[in-house]
Amino acid sequence: MTGLTRRRFLMGSTCAASALALSSCDVPGQNAELGAVLRSAEKLTMKAQRLLVSRGALAREFAEADISPSFRVNGTNKPDGDEYAQLVEGKFASWRLKIDGLVERPQEISLADIKKLPARTQITRHDCVEGWSAIGKWTGVPLGILLKSVGLKPSARFAVFYCADELERTLDGSGRYYESIDLIDAFHPQTILAYAMNDRGLSVGHGAPLRLRVERQLGYKQAKYIMRIEIVANFAGLWGGNGGYWEDRGYEWYAGI
Amino acid sequence: MNEEMRRSQQTPGRRTIFVWRHSVVTRLTHWLNVLCLGFLLLSGLQIFNAHPELYWGQFGADADPPFIKIGASEINGEQHGLLTIGSVSVRTTGVLGLSKMEGEWTPRAFPAWLTLPSDQDLAAGRRWHFFFAWIFVVNGLVYLWYGLLSSHFYRDLAPGRHELALRYLWREMMDHARLRFPSGELARHYNPLQKLTYVLVIMVLLPLMVLTGLTMSPSVDAGFPVLLDIFGGRQSARTLHFITASLLVGFVVVHVAMVILSGPWNNMRSMVTGRYAIRQDGPDA
Repeated sequence: MTGLTRRRFLMGSTCAASALALSSCDVPGQNAELGAVLRSAEKLTMKAQRLLVSRGALAREFAEADISPSFRVNGTNKPDGDEYAQLVEGKFASWRLKIDGLVERPQEISLADIKKLPARTQITRHDCVEGWSAIGKWTGVPLGILLKSVGLKPSARFAVFYCADELERTLDGSGRYYESIDLIDAFHPQTILAYAMNDRGLSVGHGAPLRLRVERQLGYKQAKYIMRIEIVANFAGLWGGNGGYWEDRGYEWYAGI
Repeated sequence: MNEEMRRSQQTPGRRTIFVWRHSVVTRLTHWLNVLCLGFLLLSGLQIFNAHPELYWGQFGADADPPFIKIGASEINGEQHGLLTIGSVSVRTTGVLGLSKMEGEWTPRAFPAWLTLPSDQDLAAGRRWHFFFAWIFVVNGLVYLWYGLLSSHFYRDLAPGRHELALRYLWREMMDHARLRFPSGELARHYNPLQKLTYVLVIMVLLPLMVLTGLTMSPSVDAGFPVLLDIFGGRQSARTLHFITASLLVGFVVVHVAMVILSGPWNNMRSMVTGRYAIRQDGPDA
């Protein structure tokens, strides 16, 4: 998630139409084909990084003393709506993480049960696409453990995270935050579903009850307020088809750089 | 370089000869580099605008003290653009921090005419930046590979020992300051100030751009954590990326000024066609 706040985003979207019209003035002949050429660099970057950085290479883990004194809340501060408010009020006792899609045994797990699973704690750096960084301590269950427990079908390729926060109000739900990662990152040892930050329960600002940490990618991949994980073969049926809220708005799906 | 092509303008006592100054690889990679650095700079300023504060160390965000900041503040009830470096602030209204966009005063670090695209659009800025970063890197590798194999570095860029003597360099600096440039036989080679500057740009600044850029990538940091140690953290690397880019802009300004002052037509011709004219005194051979 980025530091693009809701207000800025709404301001941005009202300008979107004029921006689209204006963008043609920026570079002569800017069009869909040029866009596709520019986007080709993303695939090259991903291939090069996957080639040069081994699958299991760990993001640097820092010491307690390195933790940022103040960790900026980015994206949504608090999801709107009664449903989430009730979850907060009930201390997420009634919340269930749903895992479905291309899995052998779909599940709904409570927060208490997630906390009983083997946990990992890591002090890592969070890098926003805008450029800033913050270091925080995260505790959660490695996503790989959960995925193994539900059993993936052979056609499984991506894990999609559906979130409680809605950044843009739309009729088709396309303004709801969602993200996705592939199985290489899903089974990376540092990829965890965090329920604690800096030794305290995850705050609402930082994504309570559960947020993703996928440490070798940028901030907008770190989905907050996770409600459901769906295992899919591709993004065809998902809104913009690009695998994430910001991806549908022009950002790279592979956010390793 | 140094291969006489043909003689022309035969006048008694004075003649102009043409030498091959730049190989075709040098010329092609030079102009491709110009294109890449142009796009990289403008898209880089777009990316910078998304968070116009630079920090030192492993982390840095709004609550942490910035090292360099470009912002807008209200002073005596009036909005001003401010460039802040450490504890020193300079008013930069109109250019940095606060500038006009379609006639409206808009708070933004770099003005619309300096960013690609001109609207605030981080996603598009990143696409431009990484696309040209790839071309820049491949182009640079081709040039380095050629420079080593063809002995271009050794022959043309490496300063001789006598050229590095302080007295010699001082005289060169004084000559440059008086806009007196080498002529005749001396113009066949780069002068020592040129050599040192080009070596600094080619061997230090441009590789530093790539390495500090890569250090900002969380994935590259996982694969090559030594980068974080070299630059003192991701935010230090981001700051160094910006400072190095500023030094490169400074280099380009001086470089273009020197091209213009020391014979723009001859210089441009040599970087386009490879041929460089040299005036020689003395009787015809």
